[in-house]
Amino acid sequence: MIKKLFVLIAFLPIVAFATSGIGIESAPIDVSDQASLQRGARTFINNCLNCHSANYMRYNRLVDIGLTEKEIKENLLFAGEKVGDTMQVAMNPNDAKKWFGVAPPDLSVEVRARGVDWIYAYLRGFYKDASTPSGWNNIVFRNVAMPHVLYQLQGEQVLNEETQTLELVKPGRLNQVEYDAFVADLTNYMAYMAEPAKEQRKKLGVAVLLFLAVLLVLAKKLKAAYWKDIK
Amino acid sequence: MAEHKQKTSTSASGLREWVDRRLPLSSMVKAHLTEYYAPKNFNFWYFFGSLAMLLLVMQILTGIFLTMHYKPSAAEAFASVEYIMRDVFGGNIIRYMHSTGASMFFVVIYMHMFRGVIYGSYRTPRELIWLFGVGIFLALMGEAFFGYLLPWGQMSYWGAQVITSLFGTVPFIGPDIAEWLRGDYLTADATLNRFFAFHVIALPLVLLGLVMVHLVALHEVGSNNPDGIEIKEQKDKATGIPLDGIPFHPYYTVKDIVGVVVFLMVFASIVFFAPEMGGYFLEHNNFVPANPMVTPEHIAPVWYFTPYYSILRAVPPILNSQFPGVVAMGLSVVVFAFLPWLDKSPVKSIRYRGVLYKRWLAAFVVSFVILGYLGTEPSNIWGQFGTWASGADRATVVARVFTVIYFLFFLLMPWYTARDKTKPVPERVTYK
Amino acid sequence: MSVSDSVEDKALKNNGLSFQTPSQIDQEKRQFLVAATAAVGAAGVAAAAVPFVGSMLPSERAKAAGAPVEVDISDIAPGQIKTAEWRGKPVWIINRTEAMTAELPKHNDQLSDPNCEVASQQPVYCQNADRSIKPNIGVVVGICTHLGCSPTAKLEAGGDMGSAWSGGFYCPCHGSKFDLAGRVFKGSPAPTNLVVPPHAYMDDNTIVIGVDTGMEA
Repeated sequence: MIKKLFVLIAFLPIVAFATSGIGIESAPIDVSDQASLQRGARTFINNCLNCHSANYMRYNRLVDIGLTEKEIKENLLFAGEKVGDTMQVAMNPNDAKKWFGVAPPDLSVEVRARGVDWIYAYLRGFYKDASTPSGWNNIVFRNVAMPHVLYQLQGEQVLNEETQTLELVKPGRLNQVEYDAFVADLTNYMAYMAEPAKEQRKKLGVAVLLFLAVLLVLAKKLKAAYWKDIK
Repeated sequence: MAEHKQKTSTSASGLREWVDRRLPLSSMVKAHLTEYYAPKNFNFWYFFGSLAMLLLVMQILTGIFLTMHYKPSAAEAFASVEYIMRDVFGGNIIRYMHSTGASMFFVVIYMHMFRGVIYGSYRTPRELIWLFGVGIFLALMGEAFFGYLLPWGQMSYWGAQVITSLFGTVPFIGPDIAEWLRGDYLTADATLNRFFAFHVIALPLVLLGLVMVHLVALHEVGSNNPDGIEIKEQKDKATGIPLDGIPFHPYYTVKDIVGVVVFLMVFASIVFFAPEMGGYFLEHNNFVPANPMVTPEHIAPVWYFTPYYSILRAVPPILNSQFPGVVAMGLSVVVFAFLPWLDKSPVKSIRYRGVLYKRWLAAFVVSFVILGYLGTEPSNIWGQFGTWASGADRATVVARVFTVIYFLFFLLMPWYTARDKTKPVPERVTYK
Repeated sequence: MSVSDSVEDKALKNNGLSFQTPSQIDQEKRQFLVAATAAVGAAGVAAAAVPFVGSMLPSERAKAAGAPVEVDISDIAPGQIKTAEWRGKPVWIINRTEAMTAELPKHNDQLSDPNCEVASQQPVYCQNADRSIKPNIGVVVGICTHLGCSPTAKLEAGGDMGSAWSGGFYCPCHGSKFDLAGRVFKGSPAPTNLVVPPHAYMDDNTIVIGVDTGMEA
C-alpha cells in the first residue's frame, strides 16, 4: 500500500500536467489516414516550403505515407531536387529576415515544439489587422511576422474585440468546413513529419511488451522454483 | 554441491582451473555471488540497487552509439540529433532509450536513496557506502546537467546558461568563474564542446569508479535489511553462515531478474509510447534550436532537479545577491551526506521507530514533492496561485515554508531521533 | 520422489540455515526454467542488439548521398577525361580516341587479367575487350586496387612514363600501372584491374553511375 502511494507521488507532476489544458480546440487529425497525409504533404510542399524549410525531412521518406518514389518525383519535386534530398528552401534566410523581420523557422519538428492543436488553431487564426507590417495578425500568435498565405482559400477574418472571436468578413474559395479540413490535412502531415517513425515505434512497442510479458512469466516461475527453499 | 561438480565437463573445469591459477575468478564469484550472504527479507525497495546498475550499463551502451552520430558543435548539434532520430537505423529507439534512461535513472536513484533513509542503511557500519552513494548522486546530477545541453535546443541552452550563471553569484570571483566554465561570454560552442567531454568521458569514469567502491564497501560489511538488524550477529556455529542470510546467487539473481523484467516493461512503455512523458522527460521547447537572442517564456529545469531549483528560488536575495539561494540549493543536496551523523536513534529501520520520526519523514517527503512540483511551474507564473493579504506571492510563501521543513528534517534529526519512542528490535529478521 | 523423502532431505541437510539443498525433482524443474529463461532472455538480447548494430549501417543521408549520379558526357572531347563523384569516390569517364581504343588489345600479353576474368571488378556487361558499354567511353572508379590511392591520369603515350608507355593510369603511391581500360599491368603491386562501376546510358549524352539499367533511374 505504502509503496503504491509513493509510486503515485513520484508521478504526481505528470498527472497534474495532463489535466492542465490551454483551452484551444483539439485538431481533428488521424495519422493513420494516408490520404489525408498525402493531401497535407502536397499542401505543405506547395505552400509552406516556399519560405519555410523542413531540413530534416527527406522526400523519399514519404513512402511511409503510401507514395512511391516515382510519384514523389513526378508530383512533389519541382526544382531539380533528388528524391533522397531533404526539404530545403530556396529563399535565402538573410533575405527572409529582411522581408519579414525574422527568418521563417524550420518546420521539421515544429509540431513537437508547439503541439498539433496550436498549429491547427494558428493556421485558422489569421485576421486582418492594419496595425501590423504585413496587414495580418493571428489570434494564437500575436503580432506574428508571417502574412496569411492561405487567405485566398480561407477568405478574410476580423477580430471581434469584445468576444475575442474571429468573424469571416470576406469568403475565400473554400467554405469554412472545406478550409478546416484542408488545414487539418496540413496539420496532420506536419504531425507526421515531426516524427515520421512514430507509428512504427508504437507497433514495435507492442511486440516488445508482449515479449517481456512472456519473459516475466518465466522469470516469476524461476524465482518461485528457487525461493521455495527459503524458510 | 558434489553432485553439481560431477556434472560439469572436465574440459570446462580444466579451463576454470587454468584461469584460477592466473586470476582469482572462482574465489571472486564465491565472495560476491554464491557465498555472499544477503538477508533473506529484502522487499520491494531492494530492487532499485540492481536497477540502477542496469540503467548505468544501458546509458553507457546507448551513449556510445549516440556518440557515433552526434556532433558536439553549436552549428551541427541540433541537426545531428534529428539526424539520429530520422536517418540512422534504430537511432530513434537508441535516443529515446537514452533520454528515458536519464529520467528513469533519477526515479530509480531516488527510490534507492529513500530505501536507505527508511531502513537506516547509512548507519554504522555503512557510513562509507552512503557517502560513496551521495558521491554517485552528485556525479549523476552533473552527468544529467552536462548531457542536457547536448541536444542544443532552447531548454538545453537556457538551462545551461542559468546554471552557469549561478556560479556567477559567488562573491568577487563569480563572473570570472562563470566565464571560465563557459569558455565564452555566454553559453556557446566552446561550452557545448566541453560539456560533451565531461558528459561522455570524464563523469562516466568518475561514476564507474564510485560505483565500484560503493559495491566493494557494501560487500565488506554486508547488506542492511528492512528490519535494520545485523544478520552477521546470528551465525550458524558449524558453517559460519548468517542464519538469516541466503546466497546472493542464485536467490537474489533470480529475484532481481523479475524486478528487471518488470522495470523493462515500464521502461519500454515510456520509450515506445510516451518518450516525451508529457513534456517532462523531453521538453517541448527543446525541439526549438538554441537561440541566444530569445529566452523561452516558460523555462524550468527537468523534473529531477526541480526540488532544489525551488529552494534556490525560495531563498530571497540578501544584500542584492542571489548567492545565499545558490548556497541553499547546494546544501539541500549535500546535506544528505551528513545523515549517518545526524541520526541518533537506537534503531535503524522505520519499522521500529516512533511516531515522531515518521512524522518528520512524512513532512520531508511532502516538502520534496511539493518543492518539486513548484519547480516545474515556470517562474513567471508562480504568481498564478494568487497572493495573500500581505501581498506575498503564494507559491513563494509555500516554497519558503517547505524549504524550511526540508532543512529542519535534517537539522533537528539529532534531537527528534534521540527523543523518539522506539519499539524493541527482534533478534532475527521478520520473514513472511 | 515422494513428499516424505523431501522432508527427510530437509531434516538431514537443514542445520538452522534459511536455505537448503533442494530435492532432485526441484533441481530438474530449475534446470528447465533456467534454460528456458536464458533462451528467451538471449533472444531478447539479440533482438535488442538489432537497432544498435543496425545504427552503424549507412544512414539515410549516406544512402541519399550515395544515390546514382547523372553525368553529362557531351562535353568530354575525344582523348579527354572527366571526374565525377559517386559515393565519395572519384569516377573517371574517359572519351577514348579511336587510336586509344585500337591500342587496347595490342598489349594484352603485358596484363595480369586481360580478359577481365575477376568478376568483382566490373559488371557483366563490361566484361569485354574495352571494358565498356560504348567502345569509346570508359567508366572506371579511380581508386587503386592496391591500397586505395587515386592513380594519376597519364593518357598520352610516352612522355615521362617512358617510350613503352601506351597511355593509361599511374598510381603515385606504389607505382601500379593501368591501361586506358583500367586493366593492371603485370609487375604492379595492385592485384586486380580497376573497378568499373555499374552504369547505364539515360540518353546518348547522359550516363547514370550506380545503376545497371538506363531509363528507370
